[in-house]
Amino acid sequence: MDYLISVATIAGIYIIMALSFYMPFMTGQISLGQAGFMAIGAYGSAVCTVKWGIPYVPAILIGGIFAGIVGILLGLPALRIKGIYLLLLTLGFGEIVRVVAINLEYTGAAEGFPGIPYQKYTILYAYGMVFILIIFFSRLRRSRMGRAFQAVGSDENAAEIIGVNIVSAKLLAFSVGAFMAGIGGGIFAHYQEYVEPLMFDIMHAIEFLIFAIFGGIQIFWGPIFGAIVLTFIPEFLRAIQEWRMELYGALLIIMMIIRPQGVIGLDTVQALNRLFRKGLGNERA
Amino acid sequence: MILQQLINGLMLGATYSLVAIGYTLIFGVLGLLHFAHGEVLMAGAFMGLYIIIWSGLPLYIALPLAMVTTGVLGIVIDLLAIRPLKKDFPLAPLLSTIGVTIIIHNLAVKLFGGYGTRFPDAIKTVHYEVGPFLISSINILILGVSLFLMVVLYFFIAKTKVGKAMRTVSESHITAGFLGVNVDWIVLLTFGIASALAGAAGVLIGIAFHAISPFIGLTFALKGLVVMLLGGLGNVVGAMIGGLILGMAEVMSIALLPTEINLQDIFSFGIMIIILIFRPTGLFGVRVTQG
Amino acid sequence: MILEIRDVVKHFNGFCAISNIRMDVEEKKIHALIGPNGAGKTTLFNLISGMYNMTRGEIRFKGIRINGVRPNLRARLGIGRTFQIVRLFGFMSVLENVMLGSHCKTKAGLLKTFVRFSMRALQEEKVTRENAMRWLEFVGLPHRADEIASNLPHTEQRLVEIARALALEPDLLLLDEPAAGMNPKETEELNSLISKINQMGKTVFLIEHNMELVMGISDVISVLNFGGKIAEGNPSEIQDNPAVIEAYLGRKR
Repeated sequence: MDYLISVATIAGIYIIMALSFYMPFMTGQISLGQAGFMAIGAYGSAVCTVKWGIPYVPAILIGGIFAGIVGILLGLPALRIKGIYLLLLTLGFGEIVRVVAINLEYTGAAEGFPGIPYQKYTILYAYGMVFILIIFFSRLRRSRMGRAFQAVGSDENAAEIIGVNIVSAKLLAFSVGAFMAGIGGGIFAHYQEYVEPLMFDIMHAIEFLIFAIFGGIQIFWGPIFGAIVLTFIPEFLRAIQEWRMELYGALLIIMMIIRPQGVIGLDTVQALNRLFRKGLGNERA
Repeated sequence: MILQQLINGLMLGATYSLVAIGYTLIFGVLGLLHFAHGEVLMAGAFMGLYIIIWSGLPLYIALPLAMVTTGVLGIVIDLLAIRPLKKDFPLAPLLSTIGVTIIIHNLAVKLFGGYGTRFPDAIKTVHYEVGPFLISSINILILGVSLFLMVVLYFFIAKTKVGKAMRTVSESHITAGFLGVNVDWIVLLTFGIASALAGAAGVLIGIAFHAISPFIGLTFALKGLVVMLLGGLGNVVGAMIGGLILGMAEVMSIALLPTEINLQDIFSFGIMIIILIFRPTGLFGVRVTQG
Repeated sequence: MILEIRDVVKHFNGFCAISNIRMDVEEKKIHALIGPNGAGKTTLFNLISGMYNMTRGEIRFKGIRINGVRPNLRARLGIGRTFQIVRLFGFMSVLENVMLGSHCKTKAGLLKTFVRFSMRALQEEKVTRENAMRWLEFVGLPHRADEIASNLPHTEQRLVEIARALALEPDLLLLDEPAAGMNPKETEELNSLISKINQMGKTVFLIEHNMELVMGISDVISVLNFGGKIAEGNPSEIQDNPAVIEAYLGRKR
């Protein structure tokens, strides 16, 4: 039972990370830097609780806000950079964060930052945040900015001609994504009780990408699904643990070939809606 | 002393050119920036290493052999991860190549370990005095082989029928199809050639540095893409020149700046950012046709 | 003059697409832009809407110099546009596409979306939705509102694009080959649609190859060839103009 809770907690944190990837992705920005923002949130919140005695929730928020601010700074040059080069930029950013963490004595350098106070019932905080994000994304879908984000992601130039300020849209999406990643990092740090630079490397950043892309990128339920499935299944199939990354790579290729929009798509949601309505109809009859 | 470093810079730059040409060729025929190309180089380097160790064959046989095996790898990647993709999802090729990268990189770390592996001495290191410079046989080998390959490639693209077909495909798949060119076959061939060049670059790098590791894949992916920016996307000659420029610039930066900071990789990264922000079309501009 | 184009030149990497064009578009008129393929018509539209920057020259909209002004600000000023090849946001619904047209006219930001207390945001959303439905009814497609945009037949997608541009409440509407791919009946309906738009007080600037439509509806016609203006006048003047006939080499329909 304890084991299940621990897996579920990590899954919850990874849902937050997958959604943090999804946020800038909506505007067409593929970021492999979310692990870097996670690190900023993790270390930032840890410094708050351990060195400055700030309580848990404010510390997490501060970590997130700090990540969000860095997100704006990175988001500015990212505005003009697309595709693979944005990938490289964000990848490089993640690496820079990791190298800084390795060299920063104040936060433990390469040995890591120990002694972070364990937060009881982290799972509640994690899924609490997930719940907030679900509300946020579902409201976003039916809102002006949500439509704007999707338009920018779909066809940036056409969106601009229509009147969308693509600069502020992309910047906003990028920094909010960074904020989410920072929050995820903070919750993560206070669950693991210690953090080290290796926890936030390139492969982790790619994992978050895979959660979202596999799960589905047409609607926010996709990354949630992807994070849950790809966190739980390796846990229960111990045999494949060692080959997890290779299997992720193969999964990515296979998805791109057979169903590039991911497992959960608009059609999935529409089908579920129809089933739901049918079910209700039967009850009334 | 600094001029001496330029020789090394040229040597390094020549390998960058080989990598960048591969990127350029693939970008030319597919419009795709092949993220996994760096991993192909790394795989080629290791294949070359083991060919030399296990067979004891001399370099002038081992190198072509490594090139062929790497070329085959490239073709397999095209067949399995690129060709089956549907056209209506523009991000699919990029994401698929990320998948390929993950697979190759992690397999390599499992097979060869995360740290460096010593690259066997393929030739005797002899130093020659040419005027004020000290040129080693390694310099000559790498520069010579790279230049040879580049010249051969240039004539192949410019003068042969197949080369012309490749150029037509880079202009337009539809037009090429009308002209009777089998586009799929040309793409396959392009992957093979580009990957073979990467394999050569990998082996040469092993010889130059005396060691290789699975992480050179990502490093050279970055450098190759930076050279693309320098030389202009799709411009083969630009890639050749850009590679040499980057190599020399990197070496100069190491020579001129304090040695505590390992700036080499950050240098190319920094150049990439500067170019992308100020001149997104590259220094020589974007050209669709080959050089 | 709602649109003044002065000595505009556009080079692409050494290729001259537009050479010294001078043109005025009068308010509340229907002004057509015709010419053989490659004459530079869409390029001109791209310069007006802001997708390209001019190499030289000046464009004034409602008297304001719009050189270098970002496309989304030009939209806010009142320039609406449709594209030669339809550019709807394929994975969004038809209604959502049209609602996007009012983006620059509305204000609800990210924060207001999230925090439910803002009644104004909800009210604005309701108004946006109602406006969008009105425009969909105007182009005759209210029944398609909830369909995914890319599922619609091509000609209906063109109409949705027009509705989206209208949701901007533009004073100047740039239509790039709206009749492409339409059969005679659809073209007839498009004809009356454009008239109705014009009657609402909007200026229509129109690129078209369908000469029947152009001659029937335009007040003024400008003819481009090889990046320059070769003729301008009302329909009967243009029909008899030898330079125009030569440019088309008998391709008039």
